[in-house]
Parts: sequence; structure tokens; C-alpha cells
Amino acid sequence: MAGVYVAGVGFTKIAEHWDKDLEQLMAEAAVKALEDAGVSTVNAIYVGCALGEHLQCQANLGALMAECAGLTGVPAFRAEAADASGAAALYSGFCDIASGRSEAVLVVGGEKLSDGLSEEVSSGTLMMSGRSWYEGFMGIDFYAMSALLYRLYSKRYGDEGIPFFPVISHEHAEGVAHAQYPFKIALDRVLESPFIAEPLRMLEVSGIGDGAAAAVLVSEELARRLKSPKIRMFISSATDYVNPFDREDPLRLQSVMLSVSRVLEHAGISRSELNMVELHDSASILGALCLESGGFSPPGAAGKLAMKGEFGLNGRLPCNTFGGLKARGHPFGATAIYQVAEIYLQLAGRAGKNQLDKARTGLAISLSGVGAAAFTSLLKMEEV
Amino acid sequence: MGMRVPGYWRNMPFLYRLAGWKCVHCGAFHHYKPVVCRRCRSKEFAQVELPGSGRLIAYTVVRSPPKEFERCAPYAIGLIELEDGTKILSQLTDFKENELRDDIRVEAVFRRVRINGEQGIIEYGYKFRPALSRS
Amino acid sequence: MVKLGGVAIQGYGGYIPRYRIKAEEIGRMWGQDKSGFPVAEKTVAGIDEDVATMAVEAARMALRRAGIDPRRIGAVYVGSESKPYAVKPTGTIVAEAIGASPTKLAADLEFACKAGSEAMAIIIGLIRSGQVEYGLAIGADTAQGRPGDALEYTAASGAAAFILGKTDHRAVAEIEAWSGYATDTPDFWRRPGDKYPMHTARFTGEPAYFKHIIGAVQSLLENDGYTLNEIDYVVFHQPNVKFPLAVAKYLKVGQEKVSPGLIANSVGNTYSACSLLGLVNVLDQAQPGQRILVASYGSGAGSDAFVLRVLDGILEKRDLAPKLAEFIENKIYIDYSTYLKLRDEILVR
Repeated sequence: MAGVYVAGVGFTKIAEHWDKDLEQLMAEAAVKALEDAGVSTVNAIYVGCALGEHLQCQANLGALMAECAGLTGVPAFRAEAADASGAAALYSGFCDIASGRSEAVLVVGGEKLSDGLSEEVSSGTLMMSGRSWYEGFMGIDFYAMSALLYRLYSKRYGDEGIPFFPVISHEHAEGVAHAQYPFKIALDRVLESPFIAEPLRMLEVSGIGDGAAAAVLVSEELARRLKSPKIRMFISSATDYVNPFDREDPLRLQSVMLSVSRVLEHAGISRSELNMVELHDSASILGALCLESGGFSPPGAAGKLAMKGEFGLNGRLPCNTFGGLKARGHPFGATAIYQVAEIYLQLAGRAGKNQLDKARTGLAISLSGVGAAAFTSLLKMEEV
Repeated sequence: MGMRVPGYWRNMPFLYRLAGWKCVHCGAFHHYKPVVCRRCRSKEFAQVELPGSGRLIAYTVVRSPPKEFERCAPYAIGLIELEDGTKILSQLTDFKENELRDDIRVEAVFRRVRINGEQGIIEYGYKFRPALSRS
Repeated sequence: MVKLGGVAIQGYGGYIPRYRIKAEEIGRMWGQDKSGFPVAEKTVAGIDEDVATMAVEAARMALRRAGIDPRRIGAVYVGSESKPYAVKPTGTIVAEAIGASPTKLAADLEFACKAGSEAMAIIIGLIRSGQVEYGLAIGADTAQGRPGDALEYTAASGAAAFILGKTDHRAVAEIEAWSGYATDTPDFWRRPGDKYPMHTARFTGEPAYFKHIIGAVQSLLENDGYTLNEIDYVVFHQPNVKFPLAVAKYLKVGQEKVSPGLIANSVGNTYSACSLLGLVNVLDQAQPGQRILVASYGSGAGSDAFVLRVLDGILEKRDLAPKLAEFIENKIYIDYSTYLKLRDEILVR
């Protein structure tokens, strides 16, 4: 496969954008990314969006995005993988460049969760976490599934440190312009927040917000012509059974294990060479399981390592450098692209006050629901 | 959301009676007849009705439910290991506060699960409650 | 009165919901005295229960006791005045849930509180004519009482199910004789769209309940030579505790024969399930050879009275499912506000 490079990124702040339709928000991010990359057109557009049909009653997002970006004529379609839809769009765009078919693609993800009531968003998570006539029928939404995993985890290992993950995310989001919740929160506040589904508390899950993020992926040849920093991208994916309790060990996210191993192998990088990881902390417990299943922490130890500072900006393995899903935000179809854009900014030296020193590699894990699929993206700075 | 009647009707055997299909080769349970086994890709299946009783392995209580389930809030969800080893997810019902604990014996009952407003159909299905004697 | 024989109960089951409200809690709302309530407490259907769900519970227990392949059940009749759909039979839902589908017949019946016993009468005919091999008769209700009205103290939820078939060595109790007595007596009714039924207070006594039960029972006793000495248990429709004791006294039935089948004080009036749950309670304790007389009553108005003789089969089958007493003991008390929440969910039009 040919090399795939990130040439530019763009994203909106994550907030309640009452004044914009979904496609307007996505167009904003798309145009920013095109300008950042220094390209005026692309060979294809890949859109990531999870609940467009459910919340906006809008399908056909590919053609719609082409129109909103002034690029009608260009091939475009939407990829869906629940709340890893942005990653599915990245995967599609990656394959297009790697196969040699295209030299530049626009990947744009967006979600407007505030267009629905929170109960309607929860209905959306029902669709994304189980099967319609089984888990969905029972009302076992994402929060209930995560809560059950949390219970099993507590029984096996205790739950010390798991509620600390939101504290870390919020610490990193402080002062970040595009973050939904750019302020610190103390562990006490997390532990006093009401239960969403016991034992999962409200401040342990990502909030409801709107956002759009975009990236321009290019071939090596075009990257050179554009004089972009040479930031190469790799992406792998794997699936697992939709119902976590059909899996051999519900606390071992096989989708994460496989996609992390595959992408590291493909990029020729070992775990110890990674400078940062973006976790899918849609729920605190899932963030911890991403670390453990990804091989970054021994099983049962992620929480304790978090409390020791391992995952802070100055820690052994900085995680969620701009706040992750919990504090930066989680607009489902855009999230994975935010992750990749943030790593890109780190590698390009444009991360501002959260800049990691000598950052050369970063990994982002994006989950659909409670791990039915995982997409792992890796960015690596190469010498020109 | 549409009326969902055909989908509901198709799934009645599972929802009403825990009836489904087990792979003849590896024993994996599927709640509808699969084309291939999700685990071993075999194409041979036997119809089964899962046993209606088992042990509660883990549970949670949903306090901010999705739209269709607002009337029932708060409701408990359990992961149950049935007598034949199959693991199943279910809503839990008829529990007193202090009865909801891991490892208790539970049994399947037939209840209203979802109601489609004043005019739509009533969707029935299984739930689990604390086991009575002689169950 | 029709002398029967050859048709028997092969399986039975009685179900009541777990929730209870005390009459004194209802009385507290309306400033009523702590004494003089028609029952002590009544059952309240849970938020996920209705006539179909309770009918299935009772039917599943009946099937466990009957020990037959459910596909041999040719007819399912559910009698209720609070069925979940105005149009769509409950019987087919029950049949599907117990694995009896497809059945030859399945319809819902309404005759106020005697719809369940009338279901039994119909199935007896279907079995005797050979149209079906086994039939399932159910009486089930979640009927509600108007707030502040006398019936609010008693209107309760429950279901009783009987699988009937030809008499054989496994039968629980043979139906020896049957009588019915029905006239146009509008003592209690509900117009469509109204949430609660209307009743005529004292008119529901002598010209209604008493006249029809007495009519049906006397026909059974006098015309066929049964004497009360031959009857060990008498179960009456029990809208409260007073009425069945009063009609027992009139018919010269000793209270010791009535008490085992009189559960209204702990359960309330379960309408179409009412006398049938009394019968279930008796079957849970009766011995082979004993006779049971059951007289239902449905407003509008009518009574079915029948005599059963308990057979040896009961000894094996009784313990195959929980007894009604276990359901009666297994309770969770609720307050009036919870009762309102549950009642609002369950109102049918």
C-alpha cells in the first residue's frame, strides 16, 4: 500500500450549536481543513455521522456535504460505525489514497446531538449498542451496557481509579478553545454526581454536544508538493460480537486488541515508542478497557496507573491531550476525526499550551458502542 | 419511528418463550435462525427453548432511560446465567430494593416491555424476577 | 343443570401480582374510618403487567401441572373486562406465549366477573363434542375502581387458568355437573371510553348477586340430588368478604366449607378471576374424593355453578407449580401515590 499523509485539519468548537444545521457545521470544518491543507478540491469526500437519519431525518449526507463544500461532482458517501463513524470515514479515505486511486480526499465527520432530547439521544445509543429486537428491545442502552461491564470489572479487580479518568480528561481540556467543557473537575465531584446507570455516574460519561471535524488525506507525492509536515497515517479496524456478553471475556475488548496490534505492526512501531494515546472514554470504564485491551496497562491496573499520574501530560503515556471524549467532547460521527486532528496538531507543533515535547507518534482508539468494532489510527512524523 | 409490527412479530418466539437456535457444533445460542453460526460458521442448528431460570451475575439500574422506556424508569437490567450456561440480558422486575443482589436465583416471566403510545401495539417480552419456589 | 362427567381439569394455575395496597391506606385518602372496610388489602398490577401478562403466568402454571404438549390445546378463551386491546384477542397472545399457537379457536369473552367461568363452560362443550382435545379457560382482570368510590377498596388484579381435557388417570378434578342462570339485570356496567365502571350500590345485592348465585346453585343441588353433605368446599364469587358469607348462610352452607376458598380479604376482587382463584386455592389443598361447588357471578347478570370431584391426579400435579398461597404471601406494600402511578398505566378504555 502507498503511504497516506495528513495534509491539514479543521474543526469546530464542541457546544450546542443551536444556530446551525448539521451540514452547515460540517461544511465549516471541511472548509477549514481544505484551507489548512492548502487544497481547493479533492478526489472524494468521506462523511462520518452516526445518527443523521435518527435525529435530523437526513440521509444522503455524502452528496449534501459535497454541495455544502462547493465540491458537487466529487464522489461522496457516508460511512457508519455507531460512534466510531468518523473513524469509518477515515478508514474509507485511507483506503482510497493507499490504493492509489485518489491523491486527495476530504474526511469530514459531524453530529448534532442537541437536535434531539437527551432521551432521543439515548434511543440512538440503543441502536448503537445492541440488536434491535434483543438488547435494544429491553432498553439496554449504551449506559446500561457500560454499567454492566463496570460491575464485572469491579468484581474482578475493584474499581479504584476508574472515576479518575474524567479528572485527567478535564485537566487537559482546561483552556482548550474547542473543548466542550474546558475546566477542571475534582474527583469528589465525579463521585458525588448522580448515577446514570449504577455504578456509572453522570460525570463519568461524555456529554451531549454538537461538533464537526475534518481532515485532508493525501498521497506522498501530493504531501511533498504541498510542503505539508510529513505526518503519515495508518489505520486498522476489527470487530467483535455486538453483545459484550457473547464475547469470551467481556473485559477484553478483542476489537481493540486486534486493531491496535494490526496498526502498530503496519506502522512498524512498538507501544513504547508512542508519545500519546487518544482513548475512547465515552464512559470512564471504556477508557480504562481501551488502555488494558490495547496493551498499555496490565488488566485491572489502568485505574491505579491513572491515579499515579501515568496518563497526564507529563506522565509516561499522555492520554487525551485535549480532553478526550469526556471533556473535549463526543459528537459521535466527528469524534475519531477530532482525535486524529489533535494528534496531528501535536506532531505539527501546533498544540499550544498542551504541546507535548518532541511528539513524533500518536495513537487514537475509536469504539463503536461498547466495542462491537474498534478503529485504531496512528500518526507518525516522518523525515521528509 | 415506524410501527415496527413485522419485526416484533418475527421475534415473538424469542421474546415470548426464549426460543432460538443453538449451533449443533459449538453450542452458541442465536436468538433468530442464523445463516451461519457467529462463532464457528457452521450451518447446522437445533431449535431450543432456553431454560427459564438462572442466576443473576451482574445488574444495573437505568435512571435516565431512552425515550421509549421513560414510563418504566427507573428499571433494572441484569446479566443472567441460565441453567444451561447461556448468558442472557434482561430487564428485571418485581424486585424489592434489598432483593436486588448478585447471585440470586431469577426466573423468566412474560411482561409488557414497550408500548407504542395510545394507538400503537403493546410489545410483550420476557423479563426476569426473583425466583419463587418450585420454579 | 347438566350432568357432565368425562371432562376434567388437567392443569390449573392462579396468579396475583406482587403489589398490595391496604384498604386503610385508600381510606386515609378519603377520610374514611379505620374499620368497616370490605377487604383488608387488594392486589395491584405492576407497571409492566396487564391481563395478557397475568393470563400467561397463570396459563404457564396450568401447563406445568397438566404436563401436556401445548400444541394439543385447541382453544384458548380469556374472559376479562379489562383486556388490553378493545380489538385484538388476548387469547392468541396467550397461545403464542405458551407454545400452543396455532390454535383452532381463541376469542375473548366479556360477562363482567363471570367471563372466566363461562370460558370454562364453552370449553367443556368443545371437548365433549370432540372439536378440541384440550382447552384453556382463563379469567383475568386488572379492572379499576373509581377514585373515592366504594369499589376502589376492592377492585384488584389477578388471573386463573384451567386446562380442561377428557377425564383420565392423570386428571386433577372431574367436572360432574354444571348449571347457569343469567338474566338482563343491569347492576354494574362500563360504557366504552369510560375509565371506570358504574354500579348501583344496594341494587347489586339481592336482585343481582344473591338472586343469580342462588338460582344457579339451587338448580344444581335440587335438580340433581346433590346434598350439601356431599360437598366439601363451596367457593363463591367474592367481591368482598360479606357477600359470600351471607349467601353461604342463606344456602345453609357451613362457614368451614367456605373459608378455604374465600381469599378476598387478602386479595380483593379480581373480577373475572375472582371465584376461579378461590377454586385454585381450594385445589391447592383438597384431597382426592372431595367435592367442590363453585358459583361465579358476573354483573349484567349471571352465575355459573359447577360441581367438581377431586381425583388422584391432584397429588402428583399440585406441587409442580407454586401454590396461590405463596403468591398471597409474597407481597410488596405500596402507598396511594404509587398506586396512582400504576393505575394510570393500566387503565383500559
